[in-house]
Amino acid sequence: MSVGLSHFLTIGAVVFSLGLFCVITRRNAIGVLMGVELILNSANINFLAFSHFSSGTIDGHLFALFCIVLAALECAVALAIVLAVFRNFDKVIDMEQLTTLHK
Amino acid sequence: MSTVIYNVIFYILAFFVVISAAVVAFSKNIVRSAFAMVVTFLGVAGLFVLLSADFIAVTQLLIYVGGILVLILFAVMLSSRVKEIKISNLSVGYFPGGIIIALLTLLLIYIGVKTPWQKLDSVRFEPSTSAIGNSLLSNYLLPFEMISVLLLVGLIGAVVIARRKEDQE
Repeated sequence: MSVGLSHFLTIGAVVFSLGLFCVITRRNAIGVLMGVELILNSANINFLAFSHFSSGTIDGHLFALFCIVLAALECAVALAIVLAVFRNFDKVIDMEQLTTLHK
Repeated sequence: MSTVIYNVIFYILAFFVVISAAVVAFSKNIVRSAFAMVVTFLGVAGLFVLLSADFIAVTQLLIYVGGILVLILFAVMLSSRVKEIKISNLSVGYFPGGIIIALLTLLLIYIGVKTPWQKLDSVRFEPSTSAIGNSLLSNYLLPFEMISVLLLVGLIGAVVIARRKEDQE
């Protein structure tokens, strides 16, 4: 059986689910961020798989490119927030204790 | 490209991606999770090559492996008490979360396999860089410019958030 669109969609689904599992079970903010990166990667796999097998145009590549750039941006801002929280909340980055914006 | 070699490479890459993503999700040690992400991103870059997306694969290598991962590792190392697992990487709700996610995975795979997606008769393997460049300066000019402004805003925002407020302390 030749590898086709559904194989890549399956990989995307598995990576997405593992990322979502990471997001909902981790209590460390950095761990949650790792899950988000996995989810964005699975979205890119799907974009490129549809671009390659289904449309044959270049549009999926551009969406994946913008997605990668936004992931980098999101990562930078989120890690800045994590470090600010770490400094201001007694060295704790536990998501369940972050109930206020200012301490 | 020979179909057999293509399939073998796909399954090897898929194996590495799924195993390392599972390590990212389930590992008790956050440093181990961060390093398992290296393997995940490299495997996903390989999958991009198999999808004839050469430029995106190189971008993935440069930005994800070279940039985002280093950033995450810096954050992991800067937030101390990494070794105390209870503090650094406590997880909650394994059991209910696991059931929901397993069902969701099966649903997504079912949708992906069963839906009659539109398919091309023959897939093409050709370099994509020049087509991406042409599109970025014609059809996608507006999002291209907007994303550059957004990057500037994000850069300034990250610096403002992360700097120490020395006048207050």
